Amino acid sequence: METILKLDHVEKYYGNKSSLTKAIDDISLEVTKKEFVAIMGASGSGKTTLLNVISTIDKVTSGHIYVGNEDITKLKGNALNKFRREELGFIFQDFNLLDTLTAYENIALALSIQNINASEIETRIKKVANDLNIKEILKKYPYQMSGGQKQRVAASRAIITNPQLVLADEPTGALDSKSAKMLLERFNYLNQELDATILMVTHDAFTASYATRVIFIKDGRIFSELNKGEKSRKEFFDKIIDVVTLLGGDLNDAL
Amino acid sequence: MLYKLSLKNIKKSIKDYAIYFFTLILGVSIFYIFNALESQTVMMQVSSNTQDIIKLMNNILSGVSVFVSFILGFLIIYASRFLIKRRKKEFGIYLTLGMSKQKISKILLLETLFIGLISLLIGLTLGTFLSQFMSLLVANMFEADLTEFAFIFSKSAAIKTLIYFSIIFIIVMIFNTINISKCKLIDLIHGFKKNETIKLKNPLFCTIIFIISVIILGIAYYLVTAGIQLLSEASYIFIPILMGIIGTLLLFFSISGLLIRVFTKLKNIYYKGLNSFIIKQISSKINTTVISMSIISIMLFVTICVLSSAISLKNSITANLTTLVPVDIEIKKERVYNKEDYLNSGHSIEEYEDTQIGIKESLEKLDYNIDKNLKDIFEYDIYRTEEITVEKTLGDYYLKALEGYPYLAYKTGETLIKLSDYNTLAKRYGFEELTLKKDEYVLVSNFDSWSLIRDEALKLNTTIKLNGKEYKPKYNVHKDGFIHISSNHTNEGIFVLPDEALENLLAYKSILIADYNGDTKEEKKEIENFLLKLNNHPYLEYTTLDVITKISIYEASTGLGAMATFIGLYLGIIFLISSAAILALKELTESSDNKERYKMLRKIGADEKLIKKALFKQIGIFFTFPLLIAIIHSIFGIIFCNYILETFGNEKLLISIIMTAAVLIFIYGGYFLITYLCSKNIIKD
Repeated sequence: METILKLDHVEKYYGNKSSLTKAIDDISLEVTKKEFVAIMGASGSGKTTLLNVISTIDKVTSGHIYVGNEDITKLKGNALNKFRREELGFIFQDFNLLDTLTAYENIALALSIQNINASEIETRIKKVANDLNIKEILKKYPYQMSGGQKQRVAASRAIITNPQLVLADEPTGALDSKSAKMLLERFNYLNQELDATILMVTHDAFTASYATRVIFIKDGRIFSELNKGEKSRKEFFDKIIDVVTLLGGDLNDAL
Repeated sequence: MLYKLSLKNIKKSIKDYAIYFFTLILGVSIFYIFNALESQTVMMQVSSNTQDIIKLMNNILSGVSVFVSFILGFLIIYASRFLIKRRKKEFGIYLTLGMSKQKISKILLLETLFIGLISLLIGLTLGTFLSQFMSLLVANMFEADLTEFAFIFSKSAAIKTLIYFSIIFIIVMIFNTINISKCKLIDLIHGFKKNETIKLKNPLFCTIIFIISVIILGIAYYLVTAGIQLLSEASYIFIPILMGIIGTLLLFFSISGLLIRVFTKLKNIYYKGLNSFIIKQISSKINTTVISMSIISIMLFVTICVLSSAISLKNSITANLTTLVPVDIEIKKERVYNKEDYLNSGHSIEEYEDTQIGIKESLEKLDYNIDKNLKDIFEYDIYRTEEITVEKTLGDYYLKALEGYPYLAYKTGETLIKLSDYNTLAKRYGFEELTLKKDEYVLVSNFDSWSLIRDEALKLNTTIKLNGKEYKPKYNVHKDGFIHISSNHTNEGIFVLPDEALENLLAYKSILIADYNGDTKEEKKEIENFLLKLNNHPYLEYTTLDVITKISIYEASTGLGAMATFIGLYLGIIFLISSAAILALKELTESSDNKERYKMLRKIGADEKLIKKALFKQIGIFFTFPLLIAIIHSIFGIIFCNYILETFGNEKLLISIIMTAAVLIFIYGGYFLITYLCSKNIIKD
C-alpha cells in the first residue's frame, strides 16, 4: 500500500529551557492511501498540535513529516501555501465558511485560488454536491444553513481539490448527534467509494468509531492503537470505549 | 498607576490610533494655517485697497473657523467613539478585575489628554512649517512683493488653535465618560462579537432601483447643464440638488445588488482567485453603509467643486483683466439738465455748476495736471432715452423673456452711443470697427446670459424707434465688446447708432478714457498715487467724477479672487479630511470581522500575496467608489459653476482641476494608505 503520510520521530516543544512543555514527544506513524484514521486524546494530549504540524499551520521542533514523497517540514513561504491548497483538504470544528459567500462560492474559492477555470469549477462542484448531498443548499448563505449542512459544505470544499490527505479537526464538535451521524456516514462514503484518505482528530468515541483505525494519544505520545479490521462499527465502538476507560481521567467525557 | 496604564495603552494601540492621530494633526495644522494668514498678511506691503480686502478675508476666515471647529469636533468625537468600541473588551477586563467605571473614565481622560497634547504639538509644528509655504502663496495671490522672507509664527493663531481644540477635547472627554458610564459589563466583554446576518437584496429590485437612480441623476445632470434655461428662478436650483441627493442615495442602495448580479454572470471573472470574496466583501460593506457612503460622496463632490471653482475663479479673474481693462483710467460724469429738480433733491449750486462742465474742466478745477499725467485722452458721450427701454428693444421676444427671466429690469433705458465714438473706442480696445447705414443699429454686449436674450430679439429682426425714425439690426447676432473698463464681462448691451440719430439728444453721461503718462509699473503707480491724493482737495465736494483705474480694478479683483480661493481651500480641505476620515474609520470598524475571514482564506491555502492584493483591492474600491460617483457629479457641477461664474470667464480650468487633484490625492490618498496599512496589520494575526 502506498504511504500518504509518514511522521518520523516528530517532536514539538513549547516554552524555554526552564519550563519545557513537550506537546508532541517523539511520535512516529504512517497513514496509507484510502485509510480513515482517527486520533483520539483528551484536551492537552497534543492531538491538535499534531494536526497543526501535519497541516503545516505549526512547525515541528525536530523530526520529519512526509506527505507523498515530500518532506513538508522543509517547505517555506509560498511553497507551503501551494502545498496546503493543493495537497491538503481541511475540515474544522467551526466550519470556517466565509459568511459573505454562498455554499457554492465557498466551495468554488478552494478551486479558484488554484486558478481553475469557471466551467471546470462548475462540473466539479456539481459532482461533489451529489456526493455530499448538498445540491439544494448550494445557493444558500452559511447563516441560512444548519450546522450539519455547513459541515458538509466545508467537507465538499476540503475534498474538491482532490487532496492527498483530508484533515478534520473535531468535525462533529459543533453538531448535534443526528447531523454528526449523517456527516460521518458521508465521510465513510468518501473514504470507501471515492478513495479519500482522511485523518481526523476527535475526543468523541462515537465519532472515532467510524474510522478504520484509531490512534490514542496521551501526554504527547502514542498510547495505543486500534484497527477496525472486520469488526462492525458497534463492536469497534465498544473496543474504543475499553481503551478510553483504560486511559481514564480526562477522556471520560468522551463517554 | 493610571498614568502608566494610559501611557502604555496609547503606545500599545498606536496603530489603532493612527487614523485618529492623522486626523487630529491635519485638523490642528489646517486650523492653524488659515488662522495664521492674518499675521502673514499684516506683514505684506500692499495698497490700502488690497488691505481692506485682506481684512475682510481674515474676518470671514475666522467666522469660517467656528464652523470648521464644529465639523472637526464632530469628527473627533466620532473617531474617539470608534476607538472606545475597539477597546470594549479591554475595558471589560478592567471592570471584571474590579476597577470602577470612574477609574476607567479617568484612564480615558488621561489618554485623551496625552493624545491631545501630542497631536496639538505635532499639528502646530507642522502647521507652522507649512504656513511658511502658505505665505508664499499668499504673497503670490495678492501680488505683494516678497523681497524679504521672514519666518512667521503667529502667536494669536496658535493660542486660538489651542483654545478651540481644548474645547473640542473637553467635549470628547465628556462624551467618553458618558459612553463608559452607560456601558454594561456583559456588553463590554462580548462587545467584539457581532452577529451579522448578511442582508441580501433582491437583484431584480436592485436593478430597477439602479435604473431609477440613473434616470434621476441624468435629469439632474441635464438640468444643471444643457437644460439650464429650465431653471428660470434661482430657487429652482434646489430641484436638481434634491434630485442629486436622492439619486446618490438610491445609487448606493442598489449598486451592491447590481454588482453581484453583474459579476455572478461573468463567471470567468467572478470565479478567479479571490474575486468572489472581494466582490462580496465590498457589496456587503456598501450595503451596510448606504447613508454614510452617500454623504461622503456628496461631501467629496462639494469639495471638488469648491476647490476647482475657487482656484479657477482666481485664475480667470486675472486672465480676464488684460482684455477687459485696456486703458489705465476711465472717468465718468453724469450730466444734469433739470436744474430745479437737481437742486430740490438736496444738491448745492456749486455741484450743479460742476455738472455743466466737461470732465477735463473738472479735473483742472481739482488742480490735476492732465497733460503731465495723462496721454491719449479721449472724451465722449453716451445717451439714454425713455423711448428706448429694454422692453422695447426686445420687441416680440419681450413676453417670452419675461416668462423665462422675470427678475430683469425691463423698464430701464438702454445705453446708446454714436458710431464714430464707438469706432474710436473699438480701435483702441481692439474690436472690429463698424459701418452703419442710416437706418441700422448694432448691439454690442459681452454678458453671456444677456447676449442670449439679445440674440433672440435680433433674430426676430426687432426694430427700434427713435425720434420717429426706425432702425433695424444690421446683424442678427450681438457683437462682442464693451465700453466701460471692468473686471468682469458685465456689458448687458449697448446700442451703436449712426451719429446723426443721436445728434439732437442730450448726453446722459460723459466719459473720459486715458493712459497714464508713464512706461514702467512704478511710474504708473506714482501717477495713481497722485490721483489718490486729490481726495483731500476742497473742490472734490462739488464734483461727481466717477474714477475707475486699471490698478484699482486689478487689486480689487485679485484680492477677491484670492479671498475666494482661500475660503474655498479651507472649507474644501476640511470637507475632504472629514469624508476620508469617516471612510477610513468605517473600514477599520469591521477589521475584526475581516480578520476572521482572512484567517479562513489562509487556512484554505491562499497565498499571502493574494491576500494582500485582495485587501488592497477591497479597501481601494471602497475608497474609490464614492470618489468616482463624486467625480461624475463634479463634471456636471463644475460645468454648472462655470455657468454661474461665467462673467469671470473659464480660463485655466485645467490648472485648477490639476491642483484640486493634487490636494485630493495627498489627503484622500493618505487616508487610504493608512487604512490599508492598519488593516494589513490587523489581519496579520
